[in-house]
Amino acid sequence: MSKKKISRRKFLVRTSATGGVLLGAMYFGGCGVVKRKIAGIANTAEAPYTGNTDDPMIWFEVSPDNKITLSSPKVEMGQGTFTGMAQLAADELGVDIENIEVKHAASDSGNIDSFATGGSTSIMSLWVPLRELSATMRQMLVNHGAELLGAEPADVEVTKGNITAKGKTLTYGEIAQKVTEWKVPKTPKLKNINDYKYIGKPVPRVDLHDKVVGASIYGIDATMPDMLHGAVVRSTHIGSKYKRADISKAEKMPGVVKIVVEDDFVGVIANSYTEAHNAKDAIQVEWETDREWQTEDIEKMVEVGQGKPVTIQKEGSAKRVLANSDDVISLAYKSPIGGHAQLEPNGALAYVDGEKATVMLSTQVVKITRGEVADRLGISKKNVNIIPTFLGGGFGRRLHTPNAVQAAILSKAVGKPVKCYFSRKEEFQQDTFRPPTHHVLKAKMDESGKLIEAIEHNVSSGDVMYGSPLVPRIAQPLIGSDVGAWRGGMIQYSKIPHYRAVSWRVKLPFATSWWRALGLLANTFAIESFMDELAVKAEMNPVEFRLAQINDDERGSRLKKVIEKAAEESGFQDGVMANGRAMGFAASTDANTPVAQVVEVSIENNEIKVHKVTCVIDPGLAVNPDQIRAQCEGAIIMGMSASMYEKMQVVNGQLTPTIYGPYRMALMKNAPKEINVHILENAETPGAVGEPPLGPIGAAVANAVYRITGKRLREMPLSLG
Amino acid sequence: MSIFTLHINGKKQEVNAAPETPLLWVLRDHLDLVGTKFGCGIAQCGACTIHMEGVAMRSCILPISALADKKITTIEGLSQNGDHPVQKAWLEHDVPQCGYCQAGQIMSASALLLDNPDPNDNEIDAAMNGNICRCGTYTRIKAAIKTAAKSS
Repeated sequence: MSKKKISRRKFLVRTSATGGVLLGAMYFGGCGVVKRKIAGIANTAEAPYTGNTDDPMIWFEVSPDNKITLSSPKVEMGQGTFTGMAQLAADELGVDIENIEVKHAASDSGNIDSFATGGSTSIMSLWVPLRELSATMRQMLVNHGAELLGAEPADVEVTKGNITAKGKTLTYGEIAQKVTEWKVPKTPKLKNINDYKYIGKPVPRVDLHDKVVGASIYGIDATMPDMLHGAVVRSTHIGSKYKRADISKAEKMPGVVKIVVEDDFVGVIANSYTEAHNAKDAIQVEWETDREWQTEDIEKMVEVGQGKPVTIQKEGSAKRVLANSDDVISLAYKSPIGGHAQLEPNGALAYVDGEKATVMLSTQVVKITRGEVADRLGISKKNVNIIPTFLGGGFGRRLHTPNAVQAAILSKAVGKPVKCYFSRKEEFQQDTFRPPTHHVLKAKMDESGKLIEAIEHNVSSGDVMYGSPLVPRIAQPLIGSDVGAWRGGMIQYSKIPHYRAVSWRVKLPFATSWWRALGLLANTFAIESFMDELAVKAEMNPVEFRLAQINDDERGSRLKKVIEKAAEESGFQDGVMANGRAMGFAASTDANTPVAQVVEVSIENNEIKVHKVTCVIDPGLAVNPDQIRAQCEGAIIMGMSASMYEKMQVVNGQLTPTIYGPYRMALMKNAPKEINVHILENAETPGAVGEPPLGPIGAAVANAVYRITGKRLREMPLSLG
Repeated sequence: MSIFTLHINGKKQEVNAAPETPLLWVLRDHLDLVGTKFGCGIAQCGACTIHMEGVAMRSCILPISALADKKITTIEGLSQNGDHPVQKAWLEHDVPQCGYCQAGQIMSASALLLDNPDPNDNEIDAAMNGNICRCGTYTRIKAAIKTAAKSS
């Protein structure tokens, strides 16, 4: 048991090292430097794992038939985390991956992550702890197995979940059945990376079969005996406050069991989903609204210059150089409000039984949801069990899941389990949107006209991080800027003598929050479109123009390599090709993962058609090349969808549209015929994968369109008009 | 409420529900067949796609009163062991990510191949136009449909 203490201390040292740097910088450097330092750390996505790292007993269960259950504190929302975790565990446990079943850890198991599943951090942060836990588990089985066989642990041979000594073999399952008191050994040395059988290989998804036969259980599929269905009345107007409700008509509707009127909401409990929603629609609610917002009001609020500025990146004296120069190029770019539009609506199934609550749902934040339910019910967190299910899409939409609280209140009112889900219309209306953005970029070329002397990126955006329960209130003033909104907004062309990035913060009157890769898509759209305009002005090939302005430090050379590889693999040509198509180029570095993309585009019936995308990503060590490819393909199509088609509007105080179709998204016919992904591994450990490849696509498409039409599209969604 | 007899996955099932109840909710809440998903309720996303007499239909807008004598197949009844050629192709191409839309995608794809065993790109695009995938697995879905077409 002494191992526990050692490893816990190791973890504390790791986090306090970062904290020490921050506090030191604050003391010596003054406030602006601290905020830039924090911005720098956020930009490199240093993400230690924030859950248990030293007790294999809460991570693994070995069954008599020699199957191992890996209880995952990270949730599976399509990103492939379960598969990556199974690979890490199988290799260090010394078992076949088929014998590992990965399941979501319920919060009462104790295996709970203090943070969330998000930010492309799962495999990166678990890379060391999960392999150490697995190796410790293996050593524990070896030690106890050796004792049962009357041998020394050192003389035991481990093969595929079996241990052999003195001519006798025991399975892990047999050992687990016989041991009554486990002793956790010291963490053994991890295996040599070349000896891994699964890590680095394109292993198929571990959840593949169930997802192909319709057997995976998502939050909306969860059931409990005697379950009823709930629906909650919600405001459909921005900023409106609930005053009173007339429930007399709804009470008499078929199937209605009870109507619950709380201070802040009204909910219906009925025998079926349809009956609950029909009754909800019959409730007459009086709302108080003091203003009818319109899209133009929101757009004005996010204009650069309106909000609160924080300098997040500074090298040289960009401000001075640009102010004292009379040939500054200045251009503005825009992106709209975006919806998550994931296919599974939000909701929860809750059962409150006296002082205990059980909640099943799709969530990215198990711990926060547990706390919210406990607080609202006034019961101990220990008495709330959150059981996560597969997520029908995450994308940041489930980084706050307050529906759990409402389902719990409805359940408490009837003493039975209640499942309470949004309709699609509600899902659109109640979304926590990707905020709209406005960017002003300025640059001055040097005397040669071929290199940038000074560049500045101003990004104004609604909040992403502020207001999220994920970031402690106390930390928010220290951070200063919204690290979510400006993600991808720093200048990566490090050889430019003077560069600067400024983030302007605006709190909008409706909920804005995390959306896959946060500000990355819009920020890269602005910066990489601007870089393309500067390249054309400099009469240079856009690839060579970029390469000339990147330093050869570690980060710079990784970026250069993805750019070079993308140009080579795509056979990049600047200008219109013989077949009338054109190529567009863009690159980004997000969370320390550089990505470059080349698109091949044509214009058909006044619509932009993307035929082919070449994507080069360097996520460092590639735990599963096929899952990385899948994430790149998905991010490219989601990024195309958001930058070419999607747009929410504010009309007379309501967010609209609220149905698929009018909220236009990429369909199969819009997907490129070919997406070629190439993986470079120029770092020794695994880095971020799920979000970084979303960065360049919007700019790459706009840059290609310019080459065909001569027209610059500086606003998402890209439209030829 | 009325009693309806439905033919689902080769079995006759009796259901007591209001006549206008959409088949989707009967499958999910009465028959515990939750592989068919709710996405929008107005036939705009394809997550609830099933086969009616071998044709892909959105079950969220099919009232059960209209289904007498119609043979319904859901993802659970498409094959015994997940070995329908379309499902095998889905496994081969490692298609799903979150997986929520995939039952609907598979039902649309398998109905397409019943009707047209060797579809070209445009025919695939047209048949799959009503199925949204937010994870963006379209390129793998299309590749899997072509693999399934070759093998069946």
